[in-house]
Amino acid sequence: MKSFENIDAKSVKEAVGLLSKFHQQKKLAAVVGGGSEFLQLMKDHVVEPDYVINLKTIPGLDYIREERGGFRIGALAKLADIEEHAAIRDKLLILAAAAGDAASPQIRNAGTIAGNLCQRPFCWYFRSSNFTCLRKGGQSCFTVTGDGRFHAILGAGPSYIVHPSDTAPALVALGAQIKIAGPAGEKNIPLEKFFLLPSVDYRRENILNPGEIVTEIFVPMPKAGSKGFHHKLRERQAWDHAIVAVDTIVESSGGVVRNAHVVMGGVAPIPWRATKAEEFLRGKKLDEASAKQAGELALEGAKPLKDNVYKIKLAQELIQRGLLASV
Amino acid sequence: MSKPMTRHADVQTIPVSFTLNGRLQEIDVEPNELLLDMVRDRLGLTGAKRSCDVQVCGACTLLVDGRPVSACTTLAFEVRGRSVMTIEGLADDGKLHPLQEAFIEHGGFQCGFCTPGMLLASKALLDENPNPTEAELKHFMHGNICRCTGYKKIVESIMAAAKKMRA
Repeated sequence: MKSFENIDAKSVKEAVGLLSKFHQQKKLAAVVGGGSEFLQLMKDHVVEPDYVINLKTIPGLDYIREERGGFRIGALAKLADIEEHAAIRDKLLILAAAAGDAASPQIRNAGTIAGNLCQRPFCWYFRSSNFTCLRKGGQSCFTVTGDGRFHAILGAGPSYIVHPSDTAPALVALGAQIKIAGPAGEKNIPLEKFFLLPSVDYRRENILNPGEIVTEIFVPMPKAGSKGFHHKLRERQAWDHAIVAVDTIVESSGGVVRNAHVVMGGVAPIPWRATKAEEFLRGKKLDEASAKQAGELALEGAKPLKDNVYKIKLAQELIQRGLLASV
Repeated sequence: MSKPMTRHADVQTIPVSFTLNGRLQEIDVEPNELLLDMVRDRLGLTGAKRSCDVQVCGACTLLVDGRPVSACTTLAFEVRGRSVMTIEGLADDGKLHPLQEAFIEHGGFQCGFCTPGMLLASKALLDENPNPTEAELKHFMHGNICRCTGYKKIVESIMAAAKKMRA
């Protein structure tokens, strides 16, 4: 593994300043939180910075605070702490479940919420030093002619990665906001707007510009009468990425939907919101037929590769099951 | 597999002071030195194994502040000011931990390569949850792979140790 110089940051401002300075000097630098994803990328030679800015030395960035309107989660809060947090389990169960479905306990004890949301793709071509794929500056996305069995069926092209975060679909379903600190100050944006489709930029997965870092996630308290569902389908029960994940939050009364959020993981380069299904469900009574139709609408326009047609049926079924469990 | 590290005079070194198996340990490390290399190659504690090297198998599991982490993908300097337990620290002055006794009694291992990680991960589990259900145990142990036993004997060993420790 390549050597680098470590700089212990003492504040968000210092970290942002250092990142901006290195960027201006055209030096390769990276910020590191929990480190498990960063070290994997280093070992795979995907990123090889000369300077590493250690965020863990910034005091008090790992909080989980319940406020009247929702939960504030510091960028360095560990996935294990979110999974085990009593109030999150009580009020944002799909987030606790999604955090608990990520990787392994060992990684959840190191990995942070910000790191989970900023993961690079786990596509085997992207991670292999034998392939210079489109996302790494090459000419083509090898999944198109190669093996794309775990890749995207929605929103893809020219790159077919799926976003690897388990917490992102749950957080988008919950309507979370993300706080970003940068040279120009702080900004809050809906988490949904954080992720980038490859048709917009196939070299990065989110809108973070040089010098910007994630500092906080805010999750509003779900409205009264809301119920959620989270399920991650994978090939093996331990340490695996989602083939299809579904996160729903349905606000209903007497079985009639007032508002539904339906978000999929493992099917698109971003957490994929099934807006057509959401619109269809508004004012509908949730039953087998309407849930089935919502599942079909959610996958409308899916463009599978030769190896991942199976994902369509899986996603439809899982949405149907999720919606029926959400009232 | 990561290459053995060459040490250069011009490379940054980071002083690390931490508790290792209950004793104060001080050592200088390079920024990219991995926790697993530090304990195995420089401190001679070879119980933790390098196997997958991609934080999937759990053979390199160590406890940092009581919680299991994959030492193959943890930077050595990350343990500054923290408490690290390796398998060498599990027995108390030569007296086996109840988990170790249970693994022997119930045949919780065959080749033994995963055992240090299994023991440390299950110690962390029982420290925070002395009476786990089998489902809780399996969820907690998802990061530890065994290719010999089929897990049944491991689950039995941990459950037996838990029972003994509660008594």
